[in-house]
Amino acid sequence: MTYSPLTTYTLRLGDTCLVLAQRLTAWCGHAPELEIDLALANIGLDLLGQARNFLSYAAELQGAEFDEDKLAFGRDEREYRNVLLAEQPNGDFADTLMRQYLLDAWHVVLFERLALSRDAQLAAIAAKAIKEVRYHLRFSRGWLVRLGNGTEFSQQKMQHSLNKLWRFSGEMFEADELEIELAQLGIAVDPRTLRTAWEEEVFGTLLAATLVKPQEAQYRTGGKQGLHTEHLGPLLADMQYLQRAYPNQQW
Amino acid sequence: MQTLDVVEPAQTREVWRILGQISDPEIPVLTITDLGMVRSVHHRDDGWHIGFTPTYSGCPATDFLLAAIREAMEKAGHQPVHIEQMLHPAWTTDWMTPTAKTRLREYGISPPQGHACHATSAAVEVSCPRCGSLHTSLISEFGSTACKALYRCDSCREPFDYFKCI
Repeated sequence: MTYSPLTTYTLRLGDTCLVLAQRLTAWCGHAPELEIDLALANIGLDLLGQARNFLSYAAELQGAEFDEDKLAFGRDEREYRNVLLAEQPNGDFADTLMRQYLLDAWHVVLFERLALSRDAQLAAIAAKAIKEVRYHLRFSRGWLVRLGNGTEFSQQKMQHSLNKLWRFSGEMFEADELEIELAQLGIAVDPRTLRTAWEEEVFGTLLAATLVKPQEAQYRTGGKQGLHTEHLGPLLADMQYLQRAYPNQQW
Repeated sequence: MQTLDVVEPAQTREVWRILGQISDPEIPVLTITDLGMVRSVHHRDDGWHIGFTPTYSGCPATDFLLAAIREAMEKAGHQPVHIEQMLHPAWTTDWMTPTAKTRLREYGISPPQGHACHATSAAVEVSCPRCGSLHTSLISEFGSTACKALYRCDSCREPFDYFKCI
């Protein structure tokens, strides 16, 4: 299937929200505390709503035979365009929280800029989402600082998660030709321009959480081009099972 | 002077009244017009056009409310109905009417404090809907629905929901 540049860009935005939402909903009923259970499920729900907005728009751009469900449940792993960080496994609460924090901080700076897009629909989706992701960031930042300053053990766990996930952070600021061209038209946000604002948020918080920024590593990339880590396949198999087994079933 | 009577037919006010009777399924004390979810009502040649905005991107009540609007309009004989979902401008708690805030408090939910522009900066003073005390503390940033946070009153010791300001 070939998609227009604008559709591809919209899918990248939507897939990251969708895959992260799917990860978070797996915590429902399993979180360390009831309040955390509520929080992760609610954050997942917001992200799912954002994903629906992006995917509905992508379907609209793509033509009459598409809809949000076909895009969510009918595409294979190689057609997914999310950043690799979003698909990383839940691990323990420290892993989930660190993944969430790094992505929340990115979503805030990304949506702030995307709200100024020349594409009215992308701008509207981002302007709505910005209020939600700011609230998510408040939650994940708060826990990062709390656990970083908690016990020696909690601090170690947070540092371990940070070290593990850091190599996926570079992809969020990597631009390919498609994004650069759309950015020149005032439609997309050039990801490279987000790094400074993101680092300002993240480095300050790491300091407050007594965590050490990992050494610059070889960053893992490719998610936006459809080249994923081994973790996305099983996630999609789980998420898409019903529609694959019983195509076009409705609730 | 231009008044609503001049610009829109009398039926428009009737339609607003009908829509004002549809309750939010999660907070039955509020209607969709109290919450500012109905953005516009216009009568055009091809029927009624209703502008509708969801509260949160992932609000699970959205589809239910769209069906409720269609049903209420059909019952009142206002046909056909076209509902336009509007994402822009993004919904804000600033659109909640003052009487809605009063009813919300009476229902036991502390209404949103302050203005949405400052929602994430300073900590707001949330008052207890039962005793009115300002000695309250946050239990959880997320509550039973997307729009609420969980607080506890340090004076009367009762837990309560706070409608988040966004």
